[in-house]
Amino acid sequence: MSTTTTKSGSPKRRLGDLVFANLTRGAGLIILVALAGVAVFLTLEGAPAFSAGPNDLGGKSNLLAYVAPLVFGTLLAAVIALLIAVPLALGVALSISHYAPKRIASVIGYLVDLLAAVPSVVYGLWGIGFLGPKMVPIYEWLAEHLSWIPFFAGPASNTGRTIFTASIVLALMVLPIVTAITREIFAQTPRLNEEAALALGATRWEMIRMAVLPYGRSGIVSAAMLGLGRALGETMAVALVLSASGVVTFNLISSTNPSTIAANIALTFAESNGLARNALIASGLVLFVITFVVNFSARAIVARYEPGSKK
Amino acid sequence: MAKSIDVSDLNIYYSDFLAVEGVNMTIKARSVTALIGPSGCGKSTFLRTLNRMHEVIPGARVEGKVMVGGQSLYDSDVDPVEVRRMVGMVFQRPNPFPTMSIYENVLAGVRLNSKRISKSDADALVEKSLQGANLWNEVKERLNKPGMGLSGGQQQRLCIARAIAVEPEILLMDEPCSALDPISTSAVEDLIHELKEQYTIVIVTHNMQQAARVSEDTAFFNLAATGKPGKLIEMNPTKKIFSVPDEEATEAYISGRFG
Repeated sequence: MSTTTTKSGSPKRRLGDLVFANLTRGAGLIILVALAGVAVFLTLEGAPAFSAGPNDLGGKSNLLAYVAPLVFGTLLAAVIALLIAVPLALGVALSISHYAPKRIASVIGYLVDLLAAVPSVVYGLWGIGFLGPKMVPIYEWLAEHLSWIPFFAGPASNTGRTIFTASIVLALMVLPIVTAITREIFAQTPRLNEEAALALGATRWEMIRMAVLPYGRSGIVSAAMLGLGRALGETMAVALVLSASGVVTFNLISSTNPSTIAANIALTFAESNGLARNALIASGLVLFVITFVVNFSARAIVARYEPGSKK
Repeated sequence: MAKSIDVSDLNIYYSDFLAVEGVNMTIKARSVTALIGPSGCGKSTFLRTLNRMHEVIPGARVEGKVMVGGQSLYDSDVDPVEVRRMVGMVFQRPNPFPTMSIYENVLAGVRLNSKRISKSDADALVEKSLQGANLWNEVKERLNKPGMGLSGGQQQRLCIARAIAVEPEILLMDEPCSALDPISTSAVEDLIHELKEQYTIVIVTHNMQQAARVSEDTAFFNLAATGKPGKLIEMNPTKKIFSVPDEEATEAYISGRFG
């Protein structure tokens, strides 16, 4: 985000130019300062937690044992959410950009955007009050018939407040952003590439596979990564839906579930103090680092797919 | 391979707008037919009805008949996808698939027919098609490099190789040289000369010298006025069109006295 006017020594600079250049530079710097400030705060406040004992760490012997299950839960919920959301979002985006008649497509697009405007606490309430109970019979069926798959080992939760339900709610929450980005990319597929495929005798689906998806590949990856970032950090919906007990398990449908970092902080921060509070902040630092890594790897992947300058 | 085309009473519409009216035309097999005329006269539109690419645009439709080797293209039981596999097309701007290698670009159409072909057959087909498009010697060392890395003229010949790899009956070319420099243009024109031994070729061009150089027959399209539909004014052997055309309008266009 460097401005083009930063080169010094140009013969004559107008005042307006100078003021505006410095304003934009200031805006850019504020972002860096804010980010650095957050990182410094998390590190300073989190550091004392390294000496925390079982009393402050919910019975865990050290900080690592405390944070690890939370990291596990965070990643598990976010990854399942992505596995649900990305294929669905690609379907929605393709139907908007290439299948649905124009008028219907714009209505669908509008409705998907509307999903993004729903506050996360509303999603949480919907998850507890509606989706959870509705999922119970499904979980019972899975526990009965597919319990040989570790994911569905059961016993089934009778409230439906499982990590799987939380993941479905998360999936709905990341759907709009993934859909919005991918449909934008798909709609930009050069007409020339699409016609090249069609003129070779491609069906509509083959045309999408030959021309649209390859063109949108980097966009799909970055959309998914942005969705992942959102799912990792989502707090309220997970805190409401999940009945968490801080275990590490791949069992998705039982009533004992891993918690997530963000939800754990939201649920326990208010009544914690001293080193317990430092431990929570340290877990926040871990989340901060994870989202950072996700974003950087997203950029790395996009850059590898697209050696040019295309975004 | 190579079939003739018979067009009778063809009207072409974009929704309610009649773009081209009443075309009757016979295109001979194994020859090159050029379509010339001013911009907007409907020659590209007409070309795109010969492989049903016209209807890709929403609201576009045709009335009348197009027969290819005795088979009507617009019968209700004819699948446009099948038509496009039989009638290949080369576009105004080279359009290799950007994410595919040269090798994969040539095979793109073949892979569509969801046939499994062995590696050795694929290699042979790629070589044959690239030879056919006069490109083999220039790219044989770098078949796995992206198709977009080639020059414009090479890309256009790659697109021709891709089109002939599926062994179509007919090859349509929509101003294939308009984005190319003179040297590349001459390479593509030489190629057209060779390809007509095997294929029926219909080429739209703005360049009248090009029409004169490459084609056996020439069809001249024109519009009566802006907003009126385009019409086929005259179709005759190219030699006749460029020396003693039947119509006054053709003479005016060719000699530059047009409009």
